[in-house]
Amino acid sequence: MRRYVIRRLAQALGVLWAAYTLSFFILVLLPGDPVSAMAGAGMDSAPVDPARLEALRHAYGFDKPVPLQYVDHLGRALTGDFGDSVATGRPVTQLVTEALPQTLLLTATGLGLAFLLGGGLALAATYTDRRWARQFLLSLPPLGVSVPTFWVGLMLVQFFSFRHPWFPAFGNDGPKGLVLPAITLAVPTGAQIALVLAKSLLTTLDEPYVGTALAKGAGRAHVHLRHALRNASLPALTVAGLLVGQLMANAVVIETVFSRNGLGRVTQAAVSAQDIPVVQAVVVYGALVFVVVNLLVDLVYPLLDPRIVLSPRRPQVVTA
Amino acid sequence: MGRTLSHARTAGLLVLGVALAGCGSGAAATAGGSTTPKTGGTLTFAVGSDTGCTDPQQVASNDSIYSVRQLVDSLTDQDPETGEIVPWLAESWDVSDDAKTFTFHLRDGVTFSDGSELTAEVVKENFEAAPELGALAGLATGYLSGVEKITADDPRTVTVAFAQPNAQFLQATSTHSLGIVSGASTKLSAQERCTKGIVGSGPFTLAEYAANSSATLKKRTGYAWGSSLWEKQGEAYLDQIVFKVLPEAGVRTGSLQSGQVDAIGNVGRADESALEAAGVTLPARANPGVVFNLAANNSDPILKDAAVRQAIGLAIDRQQVADTVFNTGTQPATSVLAHTTPGYEDLSAALTFDLDAAKALLDAEGWKAGADGVRTRGSEQLRFTISWFANSPTNQPSLELIQQQLRRAGIAVELKQNEISQFATLLASGDYDLIWGNVTRADPDILRSQFSTALSNPYRLSASELDGTLTEQAGTIDPAAREKLVATAQETIVREAYTVPVVELQTKLGVAKRVHALNFEASSRIQLHDTWVE
Repeated sequence: MRRYVIRRLAQALGVLWAAYTLSFFILVLLPGDPVSAMAGAGMDSAPVDPARLEALRHAYGFDKPVPLQYVDHLGRALTGDFGDSVATGRPVTQLVTEALPQTLLLTATGLGLAFLLGGGLALAATYTDRRWARQFLLSLPPLGVSVPTFWVGLMLVQFFSFRHPWFPAFGNDGPKGLVLPAITLAVPTGAQIALVLAKSLLTTLDEPYVGTALAKGAGRAHVHLRHALRNASLPALTVAGLLVGQLMANAVVIETVFSRNGLGRVTQAAVSAQDIPVVQAVVVYGALVFVVVNLLVDLVYPLLDPRIVLSPRRPQVVTA
Repeated sequence: MGRTLSHARTAGLLVLGVALAGCGSGAAATAGGSTTPKTGGTLTFAVGSDTGCTDPQQVASNDSIYSVRQLVDSLTDQDPETGEIVPWLAESWDVSDDAKTFTFHLRDGVTFSDGSELTAEVVKENFEAAPELGALAGLATGYLSGVEKITADDPRTVTVAFAQPNAQFLQATSTHSLGIVSGASTKLSAQERCTKGIVGSGPFTLAEYAANSSATLKKRTGYAWGSSLWEKQGEAYLDQIVFKVLPEAGVRTGSLQSGQVDAIGNVGRADESALEAAGVTLPARANPGVVFNLAANNSDPILKDAAVRQAIGLAIDRQQVADTVFNTGTQPATSVLAHTTPGYEDLSAALTFDLDAAKALLDAEGWKAGADGVRTRGSEQLRFTISWFANSPTNQPSLELIQQQLRRAGIAVELKQNEISQFATLLASGDYDLIWGNVTRADPDILRSQFSTALSNPYRLSASELDGTLTEQAGTIDPAAREKLVATAQETIVREAYTVPVVELQTKLGVAKRVHALNFEASSRIQLHDTWVE
């Protein structure tokens, strides 16, 4: 177990390094650079003196050879220093730590809601005896997966804020402002969890041991929740780990629709301004969350299914 | 990512438009009848973006200018009706006959919100520091280029001397870009000024700023040195102004309809009827400066032929572009300058839509209609790219329409979207055929920075008599004489079609009924000192 965790941590570092390196070279290869982005932002302005731009490039180190810049940036990133944002001049770490809590709160609430909604839906759909109810409930997740997130957000704002002033349409203030964005975020995620969990529950309920349990006189609800759900939840858990990436991508859209300050907005602004230091920090953060969540998911497997043994030698087999 | 978002936005708007049409009457609207101004209250204004900088000398986007403009006073102000320059912090001024030396006589008793006093020395420090601010301060740097010497003659008199005649400088002193900050603020670095904010002498002070989210302005108590254009003397009416950053246009519109905000910037055509139905007023004013135009790369082997450029101008139906894409009331271009620019000359007779004339011009130049509808001459095809930037939602639909219009004359154009970060590089490299853009500036000298070959010459014109005219207007102080020269310059640019003027940019705001006297200043941005709420 300990060797397993150490090995996974080493892998995580590799993933972080790869994400950092890849994003660095993609940004550098784009035409233009952050300094000309600054100069071009005011399109009404007189063209900025090229010598001045050159001086700025020098100040940020953009005039150095690319491999040297890379080593330089990586070296400082290892000590946790991602430099200053080119567009705003503020320290990147400050920008990220300011925005991070808002996004974490949003994604955590969204993920929690997604588990409740998705799990509840899957349980209800597989538990019910009525064919039509099952068909109806099972048709909801594909719908939830296919409607665009921004559309859901705009619809919610339209009805629950503009038409009926129950929730604010924008801002980060208070739990009330979190309701609509969290629901929006939970819709696609919850739908995917529901899809996988319902499928896996239906398969599990056909297993012989379920029949045995029922034959021994266990109640239907007991079998459903205690026996089937536990085994059926493994694939859903795997999906949830992968969904973290999607949650963060959706946060960009949702933070824009609901005018919330967060990492998504920071990312969007940084990408359009080619603000290399900020994008790099966000990419590393994103990779970090992804790696950590998936490691946690892997560590939870043996708790749910004692047959699974975490071993550094072979990839763990998930039985579904 | 940006691409997905913009698609998302468009699609979202369509849906929202449908939804709003169904429930327009349900929105809350406060019907106001009061006409006596009231002191106090809060105005909430929603804008679409935030550049992360609270220094007026460094911001260039309307959404940021709206808030930071209220923090500083300028030496002069400009009358939006007449274009005339009038006193603000300077009670009077003298300009030398050669338009090289400007002497300002400052008003007494002006203090910054940190308690320090406005002196000639502070003004000198401001104008010396501004060009050192770097890439973001392009506007201020441009206004002050060629400055030779700034002297504080006595505590109330400051003189700015230029190496070259520079008539535009007087109007420049009325802009937000040369708004005066305190002596202490001039000593900060460009980044500190952005993030920590500056100290101004304006009618409002910055109480709180959260990047990408909001800016809260508080009334400056004891303010007594407003612009001579303002109706109210002394302090502002409003206690507080909150600027909220709401990036999604549909959310801005809905928030205004439902009363969650009091005013929004930049109303698009699609949202007008829903807002009007909710009792919102939609004040509008054309931005002065160079209209939206297709600027030709005049060094291009095909585009350097004036007849080709003129044919492009004749083949564009400007009225159709204005009526289909832009907000209601937008005027097609009637000169290279918008009609709100001082010195504007009406050249509508020379900017007509005449497809037959366009075809005849091209025929005469040897461009024959090809098999696929695109004209050819020898082995060449009449085919161009139009480079454009995603800085305005009207750009793409305008250009798609123009693309169809030009096709009817046998001219094929391909649209090429660029990131704004590439704008400066693209102009400098000359790697473009036509560029779509506009420039806001309430002084005709903007023609010189765009079309004089003596300056950066972004459109690669050859030296001509236009250079002489543009240089001469920069050295002419007498308004009537300058106007004449500016008219000649506009006539030349339109006749030679160095650029093809298409449509004016009109700024349209959405303002709730409870808000009064939310006025446009000369550059079609807002002035909030006289604004009051019920």
